[in-house]
Amino acid sequence: MIKRIFKLAACLAPMLLAVGCATQKATPYDYTAFKAAQPRSILVLPPLNNSPEVNAGNSVYAQVTYPLAEAGYYVLPVALVNETFKQNGMTTSADIHMLPPAKLKEIFGADAGMYITITRYGSTYTVLDSVVVVAAEAKLVDLKTGAVLWTGTASASNNEGGNNGGGGLIGALVAAAVKQVINSTTDQSHPVAGVTSARLLSAGYNNGILYGPRSANYSKQ
Amino acid sequence: MHITLIKRAGLVLALAGSAFLTGCASPPKTLYGWEGYQPQVYQHFKGESTDQQIAEMEKSLQTISARGASVPPGFHAHLGMLYSLTGKSDQMVAQFEDEKKLFPESAAYMDFLLSKVSKGEKL
Repeated sequence: MIKRIFKLAACLAPMLLAVGCATQKATPYDYTAFKAAQPRSILVLPPLNNSPEVNAGNSVYAQVTYPLAEAGYYVLPVALVNETFKQNGMTTSADIHMLPPAKLKEIFGADAGMYITITRYGSTYTVLDSVVVVAAEAKLVDLKTGAVLWTGTASASNNEGGNNGGGGLIGALVAAAVKQVINSTTDQSHPVAGVTSARLLSAGYNNGILYGPRSANYSKQ
Repeated sequence: MHITLIKRAGLVLALAGSAFLTGCASPPKTLYGWEGYQPQVYQHFKGESTDQQIAEMEKSLQTISARGASVPPGFHAHLGMLYSLTGKSDQMVAQFEDEKKLFPESAAYMDFLLSKVSKGEKL
């Protein structure tokens, strides 16, 4: 009976932690496949854009390198990767996302591929206000085997004044995004997309990607 | 006398405040010096002037090395691509080689691109 209570407590403890960290899901992610694959380099494919904003793909794609590289991975140069696809007649993200992983590995030599889908990008108007929201999903795939190593989702808005996203790297980005929105009305979604990207692709967060080999935190988790 | 006391108290308060702020807002230490890499990738996607992008990237490279920071993954490869767009093939090759030297993980892709160029194909 006492054992049972302990077991229950052990199960509930991580839930309490997750609640402390705001919006993360309670169930811990199963990293078995991720840890076994030990990817060193990540090929981020041009994001699939399911929002009505045509610029969304470029805006997010330009900001994926920072969080993944700071997590400790080699990230292939996104503009050059995009160019290689274009030169080979692959101009839409939907087509690119359908390419066989082995083919991607052959050309780019990357260990893993990051498949991003943008679900929301831009202003949502309410009666009194307009709020910029950017939301996206990501899937990390082992390019050798095609196995899914990790999936995640994240979103950000320019209306997070009271909650700076927990401080640190992402907190600073949120503050910068909100600040920039005040100063600029022309491209207000782009800095918010940067925060979404950081939340989606940074290591060291609940259910986020694991640290890569170039990080001092590698294999400590 | 009175004023100095008040000033002192003010100074102490200011120091305490700044210590508090530092505790909260000190920028986290990053693996790389980023400078303009990501903004320039965005400029490239938006089709802005390539010469302008090259100038910004070269300036970033100087700042990164002046600060003793590490150049981020993809930086040299991106700059190499910009050089190739303006017909500066030698500089492109040098940048691709730098990318390989800093990040051996890039070797397969850089070699793929270099072999395309040596056959006279576009990047």
